[in-house]
Amino acid sequence: MLFHDTALIYGRYLRQSLRSRFALLFGVLMPLLYLLFFGPLLTGLPLGGRGSSWQVLVPGLLLQLGLFGASFAGFSVIIENGQGVVERMRVTPVGRPALLLGRVLRDATVFAFQAVLLVLAAVAMGLRAPLFGVLIGFAFVALLTVSLASLSYALAMKVRTPQEFGPTVNALTMPSMLLSGLMLPMTLGPAWLDVLSHLMPFRYLVDAVRDAYVGSYATEHMLYGTLVALAFTALAVTAGTRVFRTAGA
Amino acid sequence: MAIISTAGLSRTFATARGPVEAVRGIDLTVHEGEILGFLGPNGAGKTTTLRMLTTLLAPTGGAATVAGHDLATDAAGVRRACGYVAQSGGVDTQISVREELVTQGRLYRLSRARAEERADELARDLDLTGLLDRKCGALSGGQRRRLDIAMALTHRPKVLFLDEPTTGLDPGSRAGLWDLVRRLRDEQGTTVFLTTHYLDEADALSDRLVVVDGGVVVAEGTPSALKLEYGGSVDAPLQDTFLAITGRAAAPADAAPVAV
Repeated sequence: MLFHDTALIYGRYLRQSLRSRFALLFGVLMPLLYLLFFGPLLTGLPLGGRGSSWQVLVPGLLLQLGLFGASFAGFSVIIENGQGVVERMRVTPVGRPALLLGRVLRDATVFAFQAVLLVLAAVAMGLRAPLFGVLIGFAFVALLTVSLASLSYALAMKVRTPQEFGPTVNALTMPSMLLSGLMLPMTLGPAWLDVLSHLMPFRYLVDAVRDAYVGSYATEHMLYGTLVALAFTALAVTAGTRVFRTAGA
Repeated sequence: MAIISTAGLSRTFATARGPVEAVRGIDLTVHEGEILGFLGPNGAGKTTTLRMLTTLLAPTGGAATVAGHDLATDAAGVRRACGYVAQSGGVDTQISVREELVTQGRLYRLSRARAEERADELARDLDLTGLLDRKCGALSGGQRRRLDIAMALTHRPKVLFLDEPTTGLDPGSRAGLWDLVRRLRDEQGTTVFLTTHYLDEADALSDRLVVVDGGVVVAEGTPSALKLEYGGSVDAPLQDTFLAITGRAAAPADAAPVAV
């Protein structure tokens, strides 16, 4: 039943995404601009890692794509709440977890597609990375999307107006991006900043993907990155499902 | 036979300024095959009661059964037995009428083929056949209301809850909707539980009225019985009866406007 319901909700929202092809491509615009106009600045700089500057930057941009895209996913639920669509579905016997899972799996699909576009563009700019490492990167983007989108939907069910939702998400995503070293490795900075960034779950993800992009798979970064990503996903999906179960309460 | 019965059903919301008792304790019985008009001033707790009876909102006190299913322990059974049309409806304006109807069938666990058949049946019954391939956002108010009701009838529910179903409709669409509600009851034996602010509607449509105010039931009975008891005669206008029950007189003619 959970599978049937999730597939049904997934299909409904995937069709919705496919209807707005412009939005599908627009999401990849910001990281693409960073790639084009920020990436070339780094090519000659000592970034402290192995491999080229692209192997450091592209993993960060991939997670940035997931971070910003998925965090705002809840806007669609705010619109649907206004139209009464969420309540209409909640009076049917459809499984409550499916209402969340169908949506976040759609988001993961959309962001995986955008991530592929971004990596193709990066290859054209000069990125060279092992295929397996690139695939690992996609897996991390998918997990990040699932967890952040779950939290975003949960927040949207709670606050209910775009005026509260937008600023709250902005206030959370900007420091998250800056503190997790998505643009430049945190090891370049002073010790206090490096320590602070370890409080950010995304820091572990980006370190893991950077390792994957230089072909190092059995590292401490990879272990911590995987554990943090899985734990964060489990936590976020649990919290999100809870909200969909008890919404309105 | 009672198809809905509630005892002390209540809901308190926790807000920043302390608890708000939206529904203080509703005791009511709805008989099978009845059209029940649920009336009350704005803020009386009508929508909150409806949202509890349709499992959208958990009660903070009391108990209820809907079509033999206990609200607290068998929410899934309640959901299978009832249909609900909220004030705002509940269709995505960007999606076609057909897709919404088919998806709704699938949400009620029909197979794809059966859901498509059911969408055609509902479209025929509710005069939506020519509109199946239009986007929901392109329907008129009356067409949209018929679609909302079609969605709620997907699984042939025993009880249909309608929250202010005719608000914003033109007189023709309203009359059409009244006919539809009567037809549902007469042909399928559906119990209809509806809220409205239009007293002529309540009068014309309901077998029985329940009036709530301040979160409790303050009067109930057939329209004529209420008119006799509170309005002084069976021919009293329901408007006067309603005002007598809820204790809210019409504003005095010489009252100064609060703001200009």
